[in-house]
Amino acid sequence: MINSNNVKIINKGDLNFNRFLLFVGGSFLLIFALLMINLFYGSQEGIQNFGFGFLTETIWDPVDDVYGSLTFAYGTVLTSLLAVAISLPPCLALALFTTELCPPKLRSYVSFLIEMLAAIPSIVYGLWALFVLAPLIRENIFPFLNGLFPNAVIFSGPSFGIGVLASALILAIMISPIITAVTIEVFKAIPPVQRYAALALGATRFEMMSIALLKPGAKGILGGVILGLGRALGETMAVAMVIGNSPEISKSLFHPGSTMAAVIANEYAEAAGDLHLSSLNYIALVLFFITFLVNFLAKFIIREKQA
Amino acid sequence: MNMYPYRKYLSKFMLFLMTAGGLTLFLPLAFIFLYLVANGLDSLSWNFFTKLPVPIGETGGGMLHALVGTAYLLSICAVIALPWGIIGGVYLSESAENKYSKLVRFTCDLLNGAPSIIIGIFVYSYLVKPLKQFSAVAGGVALAVVILPIIVRTTEEILRLVPDTVRQAGLGLGMPRWKVSLFIVLWGSRQNLLTGILIALARASGETAPLLFTAFGSAYLSFSLFEPMASLPVEIYNYSISPYEEWHQLAWTGALVLIMFVVSLNIFAKYLLWRSKK
Repeated sequence: MINSNNVKIINKGDLNFNRFLLFVGGSFLLIFALLMINLFYGSQEGIQNFGFGFLTETIWDPVDDVYGSLTFAYGTVLTSLLAVAISLPPCLALALFTTELCPPKLRSYVSFLIEMLAAIPSIVYGLWALFVLAPLIRENIFPFLNGLFPNAVIFSGPSFGIGVLASALILAIMISPIITAVTIEVFKAIPPVQRYAALALGATRFEMMSIALLKPGAKGILGGVILGLGRALGETMAVAMVIGNSPEISKSLFHPGSTMAAVIANEYAEAAGDLHLSSLNYIALVLFFITFLVNFLAKFIIREKQA
Repeated sequence: MNMYPYRKYLSKFMLFLMTAGGLTLFLPLAFIFLYLVANGLDSLSWNFFTKLPVPIGETGGGMLHALVGTAYLLSICAVIALPWGIIGGVYLSESAENKYSKLVRFTCDLLNGAPSIIIGIFVYSYLVKPLKQFSAVAGGVALAVVILPIIVRTTEEILRLVPDTVRQAGLGLGMPRWKVSLFIVLWGSRQNLLTGILIALARASGETAPLLFTAFGSAYLSFSLFEPMASLPVEIYNYSISPYEEWHQLAWTGALVLIMFVVSLNIFAKYLLWRSKK
């Protein structure tokens, strides 16, 4: 855009307008600063009482006023990683389909459907997961997997439908549009010449995709995956509805659990005491820090690729 | 040994897998709409839009309070977030690029990535706790903070599409830069801006987490800025985790109405974009 260093500002209106714009720009920094200060300040009591032990302690007991966040961190990380793992293969397939296989006429319809997937509010995903996906897991998926591997701990029951797997599945659906969108952009940015070169060397179409698209695009795809991970970590409502909200660590995918965002959503408005509220703020601080790092990482990877 | 047939069939197989696997992603989309219509259509009646909720056991209750609440909260959100966000976008696109503007852009991206429940906590601490009251204002502000970074970045992207020659034409005619920014660049992009704004508002209308402890929710019709206010997403949440079958029914209908609203906003936005391109 126009570089003001080269243009001498002679107009009084411009001078004031520039000040106004700087002020508005600064207001976003202020929001961010207030948000950070608030989280730090709000969690002081929790930090003083529990210190870093808060992060490794599994007891969450509002009655005795003893709090630790490991179960929630475990639930958040487990469901998010599972979601990304489930989501990545179909997302890659859809991105390849959209850019390479799909007839050009259909392309805009496919991307419209991807946008619709992104536009559905998380509460609607949650409702659907609670009343459709969870019963499906309880009645079909659990008996099937448990029958197939009766001794596997991760498939052990009983299953109420709601639990880690239900959350991971709904998260996988919810983060698929962002991973797909980023991946499509990555593939579009790769010049067609690279595809022709691979084909000319005798590669089949599938080999061409893996040589000329997946390999050079790996870094960008990783950026998209991490962006999706960030979304999954912070997702609240859909997970709060289907994870079962019981603060325990279980190896079984069918067992209920809880996540950091879910416990905040469930207990914040009715927090019993100051320490309870402060501990919830502490969890929010940790969650914010994690999503901050993850988003930063995604930005870093995507920017480095562009440079 | 000739590997070509094997490679050829592997390729065919993988391409098939790709198409099938990719399109699987749309299965949940189809099923969600199917179930919404199947479960929600039954109670979608005039009552739903005009009546307040009734106690369990009675029939004929509606969600008027939640529809009014959502409209109210969205208006507050729009009044705050639109001017603020658009000016922020003008700043990022029309000002000189320097360390400060890069920091602002980066901060917006971080705010955009922050979980919306944390925005809820933020507004709770500054607007609910001091006033000791859940309120519609707090809910509207929370929604505004959620979509503010989206509007800033969307506006910036849209204004960057305006070629520099357009700006130079304005400056060449002797217009001051602020008039060029506002009346040529911004006003000229109003069609595209509207598209971005509608999509951001659609996003805000479905947000639940930031409203849980700001606007909170209420079973009554309220028009007061400083009282708790019901909203469609929060009511869907409360009804769906309740033990009553009738309320589950209402939750489905609420979700159907919400998704219709969100989808039509999105389609309308798409239509505007398509029309402006023509």
